[in-house]
Amino acid sequence: MNTIESVSRRVFLRGALVGGAFVLSARLIPEKLWAAEGEAAAAPFEPSLWMSIAPDGTVTIVAHRSEMGCGSRTALPLVVADELDAEWSRVKIEQAIGDPKYGEQDTDGSHSVRSNFDLMRQVGATGRMMLISAAAAQWGVSPGDCTTEPHFVVHRGSGRKLGYGEVAAAAAKLPVPKKEDVPLKDRSQWRYIGKEKNSLFDLPEIVTGKAIFGMDATMPGMVYASIEHPPVLGQKIKSYDDKAALKVPGVQKTLTMETFKPPHLFQPLGGVAVIADNTWAAFKGRKSLKIDWDNSPHSVYNSGPFRKTLETTSRQPGKVVRNVGDVDVAFAKAAETGGKIIEAEYYTPHLAHVSMEPPVAVVEYRDGKVLAWAPTQNPQAVQETIAGVLGIKKEDVTCHVTLLGGGFGRKSKPDQVAEAAVLSKQLGKPVKVVWSREDDIHFDYFHSVAAMYMKAAIGPDGRPTAWLQRTVYPPIASTFDATARYADDEMGLGWNNLPFDIANHRAENGPADYHVRIGWLRSVANVYHAFAIHSFADELAHNARKDSVQYLLDLIGPARIVNLDAKGDDAQDALKYPLDTARLRRVVEIVAEKSGWAKRSADKGKGRGMGIAAHRSFLTYVATVVEVELDNRGQVHIPNVWTAVDAGTVVSPDNIRNQFEGAAVFGTSLALFSEITATNGMIDQSNFNNHQITRMNRAPRHVDVHIVQSEAPPAGVGEPGVPPFAPALFNAVFAATGKRVRELPLSKTKLV
Amino acid sequence: MIRFKVNGKEKSFDGDPDMPLLWYLRDVAELTGTKFGCGMALCGACTVHQNGAAIRSCTTPMKEVGGAEITTIEGIAPMHPVQKAWMEIRVPQCGYCQTGQIMQAIALLKENKNPSDLEIDTAMSGNLCRCGTYQRIRAAIHQAAKETA
Repeated sequence: MNTIESVSRRVFLRGALVGGAFVLSARLIPEKLWAAEGEAAAAPFEPSLWMSIAPDGTVTIVAHRSEMGCGSRTALPLVVADELDAEWSRVKIEQAIGDPKYGEQDTDGSHSVRSNFDLMRQVGATGRMMLISAAAAQWGVSPGDCTTEPHFVVHRGSGRKLGYGEVAAAAAKLPVPKKEDVPLKDRSQWRYIGKEKNSLFDLPEIVTGKAIFGMDATMPGMVYASIEHPPVLGQKIKSYDDKAALKVPGVQKTLTMETFKPPHLFQPLGGVAVIADNTWAAFKGRKSLKIDWDNSPHSVYNSGPFRKTLETTSRQPGKVVRNVGDVDVAFAKAAETGGKIIEAEYYTPHLAHVSMEPPVAVVEYRDGKVLAWAPTQNPQAVQETIAGVLGIKKEDVTCHVTLLGGGFGRKSKPDQVAEAAVLSKQLGKPVKVVWSREDDIHFDYFHSVAAMYMKAAIGPDGRPTAWLQRTVYPPIASTFDATARYADDEMGLGWNNLPFDIANHRAENGPADYHVRIGWLRSVANVYHAFAIHSFADELAHNARKDSVQYLLDLIGPARIVNLDAKGDDAQDALKYPLDTARLRRVVEIVAEKSGWAKRSADKGKGRGMGIAAHRSFLTYVATVVEVELDNRGQVHIPNVWTAVDAGTVVSPDNIRNQFEGAAVFGTSLALFSEITATNGMIDQSNFNNHQITRMNRAPRHVDVHIVQSEAPPAGVGEPGVPPFAPALFNAVFAATGKRVRELPLSKTKLV
Repeated sequence: MIRFKVNGKEKSFDGDPDMPLLWYLRDVAELTGTKFGCGMALCGACTVHQNGAAIRSCTTPMKEVGGAEITTIEGIAPMHPVQKAWMEIRVPQCGYCQTGQIMQAIALLKENKNPSDLEIDTAMSGNLCRCGTYQRIRAAIHQAAKETA
């Protein structure tokens, strides 16, 4: 068992973890039993790690995933509480620190529920079984004659009851039953899983302003820091003048921070930190700094010319990532027989995450150990990054996770937490690093700019006989390896798993250099991959003079499991979550019905139109129809969006609707407004005035989300709503105007 | 010395008169329900009431709050009908912008007891929500209007 001794940790925290899960009086099942499955494999099964029951009956459940708005912090404890048969109002949630004993904790990739559902059921069910055994022993009856109702063990024959709190201490002394002996509830017995009434655990605190986000965390005696980062990635300070800054009331001092050595990873960027009594003084002091920066190889980065480079690469053969049949033979044959060849190129820009809460962290370094409070998606990455930067053991870094004011992938990268650690070590006191919105936009780990080249040969029936797709962008791998030029994990994100029934198909990836930090953003490469694939599919439908929905169903082809040659998803996923075109067809059919596609889509042109796209990502099947209306200035309005979702088994349906409603707004931002560009290596945008995201008056007026009833294993819900949105919207714009726009965002193209 | 009231309590401030009210509230008064989002009155996360009207505290310097009555989310007695509607409609996702949204909505309903969709959009479009909860915000404002009617 690799737990850090809990008493010493509490001493180190000086009481910060009061009421924590490790100090409760009645711990259940203190032994390790079996390894969890799947991505949590590193975690031993240890119910006491996940929950405890106090004598007063309070059930404390540990949330080991971060809450950034997707509901993970509520969903997993709900699963435990359901199998435990606990009364939800008597459940407390304790947020876990970063620790490998919980297994993987990076709340990204839409997999919190998917990877932990079975484990959480097991935790709750094991607890319930032990409570029953303890009560049965007390009564001198057989456990088989007992059952539970919320928070009570009940003896069926006599109707006697014992509260969970009354038997918790006895239960903790019992041997832990084997996994195969622990019965799980039948679906029909679930009280919480899949129910409409579920709401976020933190809802009351959120609406009253009591919820604690990273921005709200404090430590006694802390100082505030704002950092002037190198404007171009990798620049170093040549000289600087802080005289004026030091005259600003409240400014204490300035400190220089070393620029990282490549690869940049999650290391601090470098720069000059202004240390002050409060956030405002630090911000104000920074404005008076004069810094002379040296050159960086990334000063050459200009978005216009870079786009041309990407597009040129996309026209050359690339690395083959999936190959079915032989597209070259098929294209040659089409050329010989006078068949039609269609080519199209698509372009999508960099995007910034712009979580409403900018990056922030409070950190104390003391006696070789670090205590951090941060809004992080990945507390173990905080441990690893700080350990690496300060040269200490990661076990000596304790990371507490606050609520996150949005994350979207940005907060998987803890560079600002590492900055606070570096500064705290130098200053000998706790430091709160606060990024301004300008810092957030200038120094994001950006969603990559991308160019896609598509080519199809069309048979006499209007269907493609060959489909070639090529994608080029600076890869996320460049954040970890400065020489990386090809995509890696991005290929599984909607590129090497095309679900279409086409005899000859090849997917390729071309090389590109990075000049800014590249990272994950909600649904990641699916954004540009889906934009190209589903725009192109609609172009082919139009070419064939077929209805877009009928053509899409025809492209998907008959119900089958798509053979991905183990390339599409990782091996485990492919077994548990095969790419099933029956499920993809179903969401298309449902969304067509719910949107009244057959009737409404006929009423197109004259500034009105509907478009569809269907995309599977994070193992969830989604089809979206977007309706657009153009006003006389050519501005696009979105009266309606319909989405059908098959995410397998769902925990909180209303939260899932909220996620997909939000994905339509997020999708609207990237489809209509958002673009990050660079000039001489510096980011051109800085705040919400020149980097637009969707406001209420431009958001979809009505988003209708239909969840497909399914008993399949749970899949992702945080991200999968995003990818089909932009292509569906652009296909609607085509239906409305006859203009095929092949680049994001739409605001760059004049429609009238 | 600048004198004013926050949530009904007398306060005074003799620091940098340029300091925005937001940072006074958060760093000095330790009322952290009011959020920092942009610093330029572009996102509405910092919305509070000055003499009952919604303002952006991030661009309101302390020198302009002399004599004012400031109300923050902490000064709204729970559960206000707007907060109740937010709970029932289950508006929030991450929740960071929601205190600003709620303060803006309360100010709107004070002036307009039964706002139309268009009036809600006009009043609320200065409040950004990156999670995209706008549809639920609109529904919650309608519900709160009904409740208070």
